[in-house]
Amino acid sequence: MVSELQQRMQDSFSEHVNEEYIMDCMRCGFCLPACPTYLATNQDETHSPRGRIALMKAMRDGDVVWDGSVEEAFDMCLGCRACEPACPAGVQYGALIEETRVAIQHAKPQGMKEKVIRKTAFDGLFADQNKMATTIKLVQFYQKSGLQTVTRKIGFLNLFPPFMKEMEGVLPAIEKKKDRVSSLKQKTTKVAFFTGCLMDTLFQETNRKTIELLEWLGAEVSIPLEQQCCGALHGHSGELEKGLRNARANVDAFDSNDFDYIVNNAGGCGAFLSEYEKHLQEDYKYAEKASQFSQKLTDISSLFVKLGMNARLKEMRSEDEAIVTYQDSCHLRNVNKVFLEPRSLLMDTPGFEYKELIDAGSCCGSAGIYNLLQPEMARRILDLKMKGVKDLQPAKVVTSNPGCLMQMQVGIQREGLEKEMQALHIVDFLYEAVQKN
Amino acid sequence: MNEQMIQSFIRIVGKENVKYSKAQLLAYSYDATANFQSKPDLVISPKNTEEIVEIVKLCSKEHIPIISRGSGTNLAAGTVPTQGGVVLLFNRMNEMIELDEENLTITVQPGMITLDLSTYVEAHGLFYPPDPSSMKISTIGGNVSENSGGLRGLKYGVTKDYVRALTVVLPNGAVLKTGGKLAKDVAGYDLTSLLVGSEGTLGIITEITLKLIPLPIYKKTGIAYYNSLEDAARTVSSIIANKIIPVTLEFMDRGTIGAVEDFMNIGLPRDAEAMLLMEQDGDAELVERDIQKMIEIAVAEGATSTSIAASPEEADVLKTGRRVALSALARKRPTTILEDATVPRSEIAKMVRAIQQIAIKYDVQISTFGHAGDGNLHPTCLTDVRNKEEMIRVELALAEIFEIAIQLGGTITGEHGVGEMKAPYLEWKLGESGINLMKNIKQSIDPLNIMNPGKIFAKESKTRLVIHNG
Repeated sequence: MVSELQQRMQDSFSEHVNEEYIMDCMRCGFCLPACPTYLATNQDETHSPRGRIALMKAMRDGDVVWDGSVEEAFDMCLGCRACEPACPAGVQYGALIEETRVAIQHAKPQGMKEKVIRKTAFDGLFADQNKMATTIKLVQFYQKSGLQTVTRKIGFLNLFPPFMKEMEGVLPAIEKKKDRVSSLKQKTTKVAFFTGCLMDTLFQETNRKTIELLEWLGAEVSIPLEQQCCGALHGHSGELEKGLRNARANVDAFDSNDFDYIVNNAGGCGAFLSEYEKHLQEDYKYAEKASQFSQKLTDISSLFVKLGMNARLKEMRSEDEAIVTYQDSCHLRNVNKVFLEPRSLLMDTPGFEYKELIDAGSCCGSAGIYNLLQPEMARRILDLKMKGVKDLQPAKVVTSNPGCLMQMQVGIQREGLEKEMQALHIVDFLYEAVQKN
Repeated sequence: MNEQMIQSFIRIVGKENVKYSKAQLLAYSYDATANFQSKPDLVISPKNTEEIVEIVKLCSKEHIPIISRGSGTNLAAGTVPTQGGVVLLFNRMNEMIELDEENLTITVQPGMITLDLSTYVEAHGLFYPPDPSSMKISTIGGNVSENSGGLRGLKYGVTKDYVRALTVVLPNGAVLKTGGKLAKDVAGYDLTSLLVGSEGTLGIITEITLKLIPLPIYKKTGIAYYNSLEDAARTVSSIIANKIIPVTLEFMDRGTIGAVEDFMNIGLPRDAEAMLLMEQDGDAELVERDIQKMIEIAVAEGATSTSIAASPEEADVLKTGRRVALSALARKRPTTILEDATVPRSEIAKMVRAIQQIAIKYDVQISTFGHAGDGNLHPTCLTDVRNKEEMIRVELALAEIFEIAIQLGGTITGEHGVGEMKAPYLEWKLGESGINLMKNIKQSIDPLNIMNPGKIFAKESKTRLVIHNG
């Protein structure tokens, strides 16, 4: 006798998870060494891409009974998509895991607590830039009011899961939002800046520096005001429809012939933004506009390289001699295939010797909000990452995404290495180098 | 499996090293073989030989099948637990035990990843040549159990040529040590050779000593395209006849070249019938001479275009096509069946031609690439397991490929193993006396048939096809 939940789950998998994509997997196992959770679990096939795809198929075919262990196997996936470049058969794993999360979301009875969190996060916070700003103002108040110092002292945060506490420790100080005016000098390249909800609030300083550097390289930067959160977090959590609501708003906001490029400085957003084209291809109203949007999209490092930053960096001189390394943003590397550009910028930065971090392309464990949902696995993955960092002893660990940045900061803090090294966003790193000259 | 039995295994290896959740049993129900799947009852990760002895004794007492599994990249269903039982993992037995630079050997636990072993010895200026294409994830224990080959087989041989000594837990729980760090050892039957390639059917390998050789210092790559299969095949024979043994001599047929071009668009000649990729390693002077000579031979035998890589980067470009061959083919259809029929190298053209005719006869899609130098071909069948009618034609086509390979003096499997997939065809190759002898060996070592049951020996052999050649 098949239980009602089992039947509902099976139907939902059949409806939402693409059978053709599943069949593309030939089970060769070439994805295994690329998967951070497979490695962090000492090679547990359940926590590998091949294992998860087999489970998706088994759910569709009714070959496995839905229970906590099956759910955990899907939950444990970082969504880093390192398996995609490793796959000989071109399996679209990113799409499969997103569809799986949609399938689970549709069929699973939600607890009250989870409902509230999802509602707040996906309908509220990440859907609306204003709400995000209000929340951020609270954080700001918390930081500036002195409350932060107090709570840190009395151990108020001990009440929260340890990881929240560590994250709190690395929160950047938020500066007051300044009015942003584009420079009116003669500019050749017209760039529209996708600011990103986290980048625009928690990492406002980095965004300001992004604009300054672009202008320094001769670009005219504008910031379309109607832009929203990219929708990636919704998409990765089984709330794709809500993510697409944001996608349409963004496509509208950036729908102009005035821009040569749409630039973003958060790897996690960039991948989802570049996939607007794919996600909206069957929406007749948006297909063409979305395609244009994705075509114009570029990440900040690639644009810096295109605008000739390497040559400008090479002209500079510095007496310093320090090691800089780079931790890839999974989605920037695995989805948008950008890995040479940021490295070339670091190599050309005066005063630094670039050294490659071992397994730099392997996820740090941040993975959107994964480190909040799966703190134990995230910690194991970060520990592996920090082993490589400790071997290299760099002065700077450069990243391309706010999640990675905070995660690497947590790693450095946990190892007690704050005095020796610093994790920072590539824009902040380059800004510092340029400013020194 | 009942709770009491599970507890008995937990007492041996500890709770955290026994897996049996619904998701875990499903995740160990398959390997890389299309169309084979069956769940085990338990998945166990032992730490050492002693724990394995205990596990084997318990399984023997209770008649529970034991399936040793490396990373599950087997292509003949050799690690699918088709009769349930215990899947034995080596993820906690993956250490290097000793590198002996005086005897040029390395001793490792079976769970070590092949690439890690290779990288490790190369850092010491030494070389472990077998390089199965799954080496990034395959384990050395799996390689030994399957006697894996690779691209360098022609010059350097295969896994069995490097196995010096083994520690094995036999089905009765006894620990057997075979061989030693010796090049010469004729004390009795060669049990090391018997165990290499035995696919987990005779015992559990728990320690492996491998021979190493000095790392070649120089390498050079060349490529040749042909308008006829026969020209390419004559080139292979002629290279060998000229006393050159290249490290690799790889082949792709027209279908594979087309698939690579569809996938990569790198300007391969779509109208070419065959491609040969050749590589030599060793001392610089000798390598230069060999590669020049090989290209001269290719031109003399009718190659329509040739080139030699001037740098390692250029070599990578030349090797791209062959490297992505399987990927390019795999993308064409949902199911990819990678075969490894092997013939004497003098018969390659006939074999490839026969495969092409068989594909037409059964209206199935088969392209061939592989290791021309040692006659080990990979006819790759692109199909869809969901199409039952097509799968029947696929099976008939593959059976006919096996038959032709045997008729040409070859074998049904050159490097993947028999597993369960090819078991029904084994008798075609061995004959009645051969299979009976093997069954007797199996029976005397594993009378209860608990070691990977259902593999190598089929309940019933397929009726041999009657094919009139010519």
